[in-house]
Amino acid sequence: MFGWEYPPFNSGGLGVACQGLARALVNQGVELTFVLPKNHGSIKEPFKFIYADIPNVKLIEINSSLMPYLTSEKYRHLRSNQPGWIYANTLYEEVARYAAVAKSLANSLDFDLVHAHDWLTFGAGIAAQEVSHKPFIAQVHATEIDRTGNIDLVNPHVFDLEKSGALAANKVISVSNFTKQNLVNHYGISASKIDVVHNGVDPDRYYLDVSLDEGLINLKKLGYKVVLYLGRITLQKGIDYLVKAADLALKVDKKIVFVIVGSGDMEGEIMRLVAERGISDKFIFPGFLREKERSSIYKTADLFIMPSVSEPFGLTALESLLHGTPVIISKQSGVSEVLHHALKVDFWDIEEMADQILSAVNHSSLRKTMTQNGKKEVIMCNWDKAAQKCLSIYKSI
Amino acid sequence: MSSICLYFQVHQPRRIKRFKHFNIGDNQYYFDDASDGNLNNKKLINKVSKKCYLPTNKVLLSLLQNHPEFKFAFSFSGLVLEQFEEYVPKTLRSFQELVKTGRVEVLSETYYHSLSFLHSRNEFLSQIKLHDQKIKDLFGITPKVFRNTELIYNNSLARFIEKLGYIGILAEGADHVLDWRSPNFVYSPYGTKKISLLLKNYRLSDDIAFRFSDSTWKHHPLTVEKFANWVNAINGNGEVINLFMDYETFGEHQWAATGIFDFLSLLPGELLKHPDNDFVTPSEAIKRYKPVAKLNIPKFISWADVERDLSAWLSNEMQRDAISQLFKLEKPIYASNNQELLKAWQSLTTSDHFYYMCTKWFADGDVHKYFNPYDSPYDAFRYFMNVLADLKFRLKTQNKLKIN
Repeated sequence: MFGWEYPPFNSGGLGVACQGLARALVNQGVELTFVLPKNHGSIKEPFKFIYADIPNVKLIEINSSLMPYLTSEKYRHLRSNQPGWIYANTLYEEVARYAAVAKSLANSLDFDLVHAHDWLTFGAGIAAQEVSHKPFIAQVHATEIDRTGNIDLVNPHVFDLEKSGALAANKVISVSNFTKQNLVNHYGISASKIDVVHNGVDPDRYYLDVSLDEGLINLKKLGYKVVLYLGRITLQKGIDYLVKAADLALKVDKKIVFVIVGSGDMEGEIMRLVAERGISDKFIFPGFLREKERSSIYKTADLFIMPSVSEPFGLTALESLLHGTPVIISKQSGVSEVLHHALKVDFWDIEEMADQILSAVNHSSLRKTMTQNGKKEVIMCNWDKAAQKCLSIYKSI
Repeated sequence: MSSICLYFQVHQPRRIKRFKHFNIGDNQYYFDDASDGNLNNKKLINKVSKKCYLPTNKVLLSLLQNHPEFKFAFSFSGLVLEQFEEYVPKTLRSFQELVKTGRVEVLSETYYHSLSFLHSRNEFLSQIKLHDQKIKDLFGITPKVFRNTELIYNNSLARFIEKLGYIGILAEGADHVLDWRSPNFVYSPYGTKKISLLLKNYRLSDDIAFRFSDSTWKHHPLTVEKFANWVNAINGNGEVINLFMDYETFGEHQWAATGIFDFLSLLPGELLKHPDNDFVTPSEAIKRYKPVAKLNIPKFISWADVERDLSAWLSNEMQRDAISQLFKLEKPIYASNNQELLKAWQSLTTSDHFYYMCTKWFADGDVHKYFNPYDSPYDAFRYFMNVLADLKFRLKTQNKLKIN
């Protein structure tokens, strides 16, 4: 199995998803070797790890700034700020180098199939397939269409890598029907080649007993309801629509605060948008939060909202419910396929979004009912189920 | 001797449109969705008329003409009748024609097909009176037998209804109250003297209403011969077989293509082949058969879902919140003396609004989803509560007007 990142050395959801799936597959008797581009530190799992930066291969260390959500443009931008870099010139070269290592790995290892996660590892997957003539499964966690939120902004190189991976694969796994549809519509992949395996969530990853956020508790004591967004602050996430909806909702009910947790390239623009509308006093930007702080803020919020323009899955919605906070999710998300006990909205329908926010903050009975039932649904979204599905795909090829 | 007692429920709620917070105080009507979707009451009643009411009435009329022994009962909600008057008078005339034969009994219920007995005896009584007046106006009949919304029933309801002078009341023949007893006899409700209780034979009723077109059912396809055999098997150990079901079973829940209309047109003839079978209306059953025993039902039962209790309408916090908020407005609404507000408020007491908010999809799922015109129970709740807020706003502004 080829991955790009792995907890605790991960920047986003990709590593978490790989870990959940890999563990559950091993639990179900799969003998698994997990390949990562670089050894960042020790990882304790009941299966073997191989790092591509083995000495006999001329792979230069991949910098930790290489995150799966980076676009090439941003990579170049990051690189330019780091004088003395002697590494690969572009992200694509790192990807190509990973593929080169994969080729030699495939020659030396004994395995039945190759499973690779997202475009950064598809080159490696294809290379291993070519050398070994073993089946290759390409799992798509997100497409370039999702990341850019706009077909015109798509990076053609990334797009091509995604497409060639999906075309070369014997089978494609997508994390949702939503993503499957993207692959069919924009990449021309045959629907019959794509199987959907929804992500799971592992409750043990979270600090469900953590104490509540004191600052927000004080606001709540003053009668405010706390609406939370948590995730990257990028175009894909639709936070600009949330700001517009918030503005509408605040015209009806002034006792709402919106907490925007995370960082990203749209952070400044979102703050500007909030200021322009004169609602800065109703917005809080705590920045990027880690583990315990995240759990605390999930728990303290009254409502979580994920207004994504394009969301292949949307783990945060499940995380929020695990912490006992009900959710509004955009219909343009994979998670809305597995979560029924939520309010659902088209990301562009700001009036409906505002209306849903108002209903949720006004009626505790609505929040309680959504949370009670939603939590039960989240428990059903486990990695064992995902691994079972994966296993049956393995057996089918 | 076994008598077959057929009763069909005819009801359509006034579904609430997608009423937003931003509509509160906007002087909007609540039930006038004009979209192509399933909230457009006018469109729906036209559709159901075409698919179910008119064709089924036609079948029943010819059955009445061909079989002098055939008879049955209807229960209409006041809401469905007023919507017939408003949108499809032709359908109302077709029902009137059936009742005019003198062999179709009309039952009593709450005008608004409401859950009012659970929350306000005053309102419950008002809605029964409104209903019986409507039946008198449209059919020239005074109902003698009462059936509560969705066959919701317990001892205290029977006592209340007895005091109003009705001779009978209907309920679900739920296993957990019948225990070893048979639903195929007339019973006497615990704590009453005169009123009789008729219990739905839910197996035979649901064979038609729910399982008729279920291809996974071992008895599928259901033929009149098969069904008549089951009925005949009761002969000798049961006096009255109560087949109670939604009228929309015919053509709406079970589509015409399933053969449901053929089934219905052949059924009376097939049942009458057995010399000991005949048909009775609920009041005839009560007059003919004496109660065999007292039946003690202290807890509420109903004909809904596998639980046969109140959980379809009142199992989650949202549903309980919505209905208690609604009934908090009862006094101020009456005090306002505003007929328009009263009518709107009463239309919100209809059980369907709370049914749409039910979240126990996963246990007993599909039926609720099938009957829910909203995307989710949460949306149903939102629009209901927004309407309620608007109603409160109207009450307040009207009061202000009066004071000024």
